[in-house]
Amino acid sequence: MTVAPPHPGSPRTAFVLRRLARAVVSLAVVLVATFFLVQLVPGDPVRAALGPTAPPETVEALRVQLGLDLPLGEQFTRYVGGLVTGDLGVSVTSQRPVATVLAERLPTTLLLAVLAFVVAAVGAFPIGVATAVSAYGGRRRTIDLAVSGLLGVLVAVPNFLLAVLLIAVFSVGLGALPPAGWGGPANAVLPVVALAVGPLAYLARIVHVEMLRVLATPYVTTARSKRLPPRLLYVRHALPNIVTASLTAGGVVLTGLVAGTVLVETVFVIPGIGSTIVSSIAERDYPLVQGLVLVYAALVLAANLLIDLALAVLDPRSAIAEA
Amino acid sequence: MARKLTPQGIAVLLGLLVVALAVVFGDALFGEAATARNIAERQEPASLAHPFGTDDLGRDLLARVVVATRLSVLLTLGATGISVAGGVLLGVLAAVLPAAARRVAAAFIDLLLSFPWLLLALFFSVIWGATASGAMLAVGFAGVPVFARLVNTLAASVANAEYVHVARMLGSSPLRTAVRHVLPNIVPPLVVNTATHASVTLLSFAALSFLGLGVQAPEYDWGRLLNEGAQRIYLDPMAAIGPGIAIVLTGVLFALLGEVLSERGGRGQAVRAVRATTAPKPVPAAADAPVVDVAALRVAFRTADGSLVERVHGVDLHVGDGEVVGIVGESGSGKSVTAMAIAGLLGPDALVTSERLHFSGIDMTRPPGPAERRTLGLEQAMIFQDPQSSLNPALSVGLQLREASETHAGTSRQDAARRAVEKLRLVRIPEPERRVRQLPHEFSGGMRQRAMIAMGLMGSPRLIVADEPTTALDVTVQRQVLRALRDAQRATGAAILLISHDIALVSGFCDRVVVMRGGVVVEELAADRLHEARHPYTRGLIACVPDLTTDRARPLPVLEAADEELLEGVKA
Repeated sequence: MTVAPPHPGSPRTAFVLRRLARAVVSLAVVLVATFFLVQLVPGDPVRAALGPTAPPETVEALRVQLGLDLPLGEQFTRYVGGLVTGDLGVSVTSQRPVATVLAERLPTTLLLAVLAFVVAAVGAFPIGVATAVSAYGGRRRTIDLAVSGLLGVLVAVPNFLLAVLLIAVFSVGLGALPPAGWGGPANAVLPVVALAVGPLAYLARIVHVEMLRVLATPYVTTARSKRLPPRLLYVRHALPNIVTASLTAGGVVLTGLVAGTVLVETVFVIPGIGSTIVSSIAERDYPLVQGLVLVYAALVLAANLLIDLALAVLDPRSAIAEA
Repeated sequence: MARKLTPQGIAVLLGLLVVALAVVFGDALFGEAATARNIAERQEPASLAHPFGTDDLGRDLLARVVVATRLSVLLTLGATGISVAGGVLLGVLAAVLPAAARRVAAAFIDLLLSFPWLLLALFFSVIWGATASGAMLAVGFAGVPVFARLVNTLAASVANAEYVHVARMLGSSPLRTAVRHVLPNIVPPLVVNTATHASVTLLSFAALSFLGLGVQAPEYDWGRLLNEGAQRIYLDPMAAIGPGIAIVLTGVLFALLGEVLSERGGRGQAVRAVRATTAPKPVPAAADAPVVDVAALRVAFRTADGSLVERVHGVDLHVGDGEVVGIVGESGSGKSVTAMAIAGLLGPDALVTSERLHFSGIDMTRPPGPAERRTLGLEQAMIFQDPQSSLNPALSVGLQLREASETHAGTSRQDAARRAVEKLRLVRIPEPERRVRQLPHEFSGGMRQRAMIAMGLMGSPRLIVADEPTTALDVTVQRQVLRALRDAQRATGAAILLISHDIALVSGFCDRVVVMRGGVVVEELAADRLHEARHPYTRGLIACVPDLTTDRARPLPVLEAADEELLEGVKA
């Protein structure tokens, strides 16, 4: 038997504190991992960065510049100290501070990811709810099958392939939208669609399945026994109960979108941190790689934390269930 | 046990056979066309001779896509192998460590899992560089957390099985337990997930090669071909779409293989007998309608494989105003289905036919009209078995009490709220003014069940259907709930239909008892004349109830499960 807790606010606070602590520990693990990233490169990373033809004195000069000649402990203190003061090192290829590169390119990537997330979330709910309600009633079976089949296919098509297909159809075939570049709103349409379609289909399926589960629960039968109008039945009784699962799935989608920008930015030649990380790995520009991997990991952790906080606000029971 | 393949299974295996043939013979058959340079035919768009066009050295792109199958598939299998091996190692390790270390390992796996595969793959490809083997290691390692979690979860579920406890008691070391007893039992789900994961790996690998971080020229896999094709998409869209088709089709094949493998069992079971349902013969309702009037009610359910199973085989039932009727029977006797049919609350998979199925003169076989919805919303009250799940966990108890009156009687929010407090007090819920604002999880089980009764009293109930209302509660709480039900009946004069498996409870509470078994009514008699029961099943039920004179040294009589013999006796 559950008894009312004496302080209804406290489990929620404890939940939030626990999640914050987890994010901090995760960030520490990520810091260590990105620090050791360069150490883990087999052979000499400086030689690898400059290529086999570089003269030995250039290699030594860069080694000193990167601080790789120092003892490991001192390197780590310098790394963390630099991070605290916003100094992420200097790019080997462009000789520009990594922090400057980030400041230029991060907003573009964030805008792309957020736009795609909004499109996916706004599109997924009506589709998922509508297909679940009509599937539960056993009506329009062929339409349901067609929609769920389509969603299944869209989930399976990777975003970089979809991006190429979209360019083939809308840029090459119809000449309607620009195939590459960044600037006006027209430039954002295809990248956002390419990023959003898979997550939208995935979320819609989660909403569909969750809605079907909730519609079969005894409390919905109770609500049906009151003969409530459909609006109250679905919006008031069913929707609040799919929030937790949908938000959790939304977290997966959000972190997936952050990573998805890497591919989509590359296809559409968008100057964000995604296309930059790819070129910096190919060029073995380790300071830049380190900074970008760190930022990407931090974005993922931030997205997860954001979802956890949203869960705590919207669904206090998740906090209680975990306690 | 041999099992038949579904058409889908056959199609998947045929598709994989084609892929396997391309892996083995692709190079021998098309290697020539894929490498032969032809300056005269360079960068040609798609044509009959070159369905995907030619590249900048005049090589046929279709041939290149076929030849690339080998490298794409082998790298995928290699990376999948790394993921599985690493995942099993990490997962088993996490399962056999001492408790504290086990939690740290699980948290570490969780942390890795919170990162999308691409980020992990990029991280590892920094270490191993932009080469085919580096990408294989990167994609393989990026998949390790997925399998580590899977193995960890599966191992935890098996680790609680009895045979593992026995092995531990016999002194088997944790590692030995894991390898000898746990691993063999998680192999089937592991195989299924490996196939599904191969699909993800294929796409991941294509993505890395597409980014230029995987296979490098002059070698080529599908991802690299897609990269090259995308660069000249204006000249020849097929140069990009061709490799894309290969990637998606093969990915879908691997994913479907996982589904085919997981369909073991479930199929091939004997299809249960389908009983024909009689066509409904609508009979007009009597003028002064009884509360419940049911004749020849049959309910069948659609099963997953599309056949129909009839659960109620022609039940007649009559409940007058203010009458308290109990339906007793074992689980599967059709008593709950009958009650839900009367309430019109069976799900869409139920097929209801009857000569008459009336509540208050309303034909419950048809969807109700607006006026009928109003009547049903106000005059019918439901109480279900599980108080944990019959109230909406996301809405306050007060709102759930109020909404029927607000919707159907046009009661204002304030009036409805006042009435809700009043009804909660009637069912003896302490501090109702405070309690109405609470969520159901702040109520105890017995309080929730009484809140359900109060909810039914918000309108002007003619019938309260109580489906096993006390089964999930302990004995003292049962008494409170029954007392609330009795109070409710006295306060409103509503009839009660009480569904239970407990004949002692029903006979103590009801005026009349209906005994059901195997979907038919076997006997119906007044509660105070139960000792005159003629049907052997009813007598058996009564004999099962121990009283003060029961010899406790002897076992209680045991009823046989419903069988044809008894049912024959009913028909005779």
